[in-house]
Amino acid sequence: MSVSVQSEERSELAARLVLDVPAGEGFAHELAAGETLRIVDLHGNQAVDTLFFDAHDYANRYSAVDTLREQGGVYLGLGSRLLALDGTALVTIVGDTCGRHDTLGGACSQESNVVRYGEHTRHMHACRNTFLAQAREWGRGLDKRDLTANVNFFMNVPLTPEGGLEFVDGVSAPGKYVELRAERDTLVLISNCPQLNNPCNAFDPTPVRLLFWPS
Amino acid sequence: MSAATGAQPLYQDELPSAGARSWTCRRGTALTLTDLAGGANVSALLYSAANPLERYCMPDTLKAQHVSRLTAGVALYSDMGRVLASIVEDGCGWHDTISGHATAETVASKWGANTYQQARNEWRRSAREAFLVELAKHGLGQRDLHPNINFFSKVEVEDEETGALSYVAGNSPAGSHVTLRFELDTLIVLWNGPHPLAEEWLARPVRVTLEHFPTAGADDAVRTSCEENERGFAVTEAALA
Repeated sequence: MSVSVQSEERSELAARLVLDVPAGEGFAHELAAGETLRIVDLHGNQAVDTLFFDAHDYANRYSAVDTLREQGGVYLGLGSRLLALDGTALVTIVGDTCGRHDTLGGACSQESNVVRYGEHTRHMHACRNTFLAQAREWGRGLDKRDLTANVNFFMNVPLTPEGGLEFVDGVSAPGKYVELRAERDTLVLISNCPQLNNPCNAFDPTPVRLLFWPS
Repeated sequence: MSAATGAQPLYQDELPSAGARSWTCRRGTALTLTDLAGGANVSALLYSAANPLERYCMPDTLKAQHVSRLTAGVALYSDMGRVLASIVEDGCGWHDTISGHATAETVASKWGANTYQQARNEWRRSAREAFLVELAKHGLGQRDLHPNINFFSKVEVEDEETGALSYVAGNSPAGSHVTLRFELDTLIVLWNGPHPLAEEWLARPVRVTLEHFPTAGADDAVRTSCEENERGFAVTEAALA
């Protein structure tokens, strides 16, 4: 299947910031142009829902459909350039030991959980609530209007030639990681997915580790 | 024509190449797009008219129904778990919603830009430019863009393993139509022009017809196509009560 590579050796000691995002929580942070972010799937099969924004113009945000069309394929992996609405890259995937990431499955929400799984799931925790809480905390005018189709790192959503789409068991495993290099100053918004109703987190959400290296 | 009531349309128009329109379609109506000459593409955005913060959601639509393309029987979900519209008739079998729309850069690099002064009403104004102008008429803007629908266009995954995408030319024959039944009052924004992966700029007229249309009954094909849609329609209708 897809290519996966170990990126260049990076020392954790050289990272300017290392932190774990607990299961079901979120994080917002700016990446300066040239910086690298590694997201580590510590325990395996953990979806990390992520949005990207031009740090100087939040309206110029990550566009899943432009990214897929321009790369000519529906999965993200090594070398994928994650494009903004203006057609230029926000970040590039420069390291990937997992091999396939999704950007068509979107983020879970209370409302979509009700449709997909039933009324009894309405009050379960969901990524879009995490995004809204993070956006509110981040401030600077970021709100629901800015939430759109996101990236799901470590998540496997295969599409078929007949027009089908499924959420299947993750392709990730403990310690797998993805590395992103900022092509410009980029705001990163993360929800460490709390979904309990499908295999995207192996029915057991777990923490992920973030490491930030300066350029 | 559509399976509508046969009464006089509420509204009819012909969208020329690079033409755009936006208006609110009420619950209880249906909009039929007809590809008069074949080979058309209509890029579309949808919003809840009552609150445009609620908008069409490609990922929720696809994952609720386990599809990666749109056709008859598919509900178009908002990002708040409600059905904005349903595709009740479809003459071509596949409408794309995973590859975005043409920008001024697409026009310039693929098909050649022109100007109003040169081309007058054949001016190749892009989907992005037209969308932003139409959205501005409703107090909306770039932050309200979302992954759009491309009616009449097919982009398929060649291989499940690699995920390689390919544009399939000639998906829509002359005269094919697609009918959207509105389940909620919906602001719809349309642009008639090439899919961003099309090789050629084909100028194709598209007829737009709005008619009264019965709302979904208990045995409606879209509602009953999957458990998810049963719940989606129930949530949508509960909010109207």
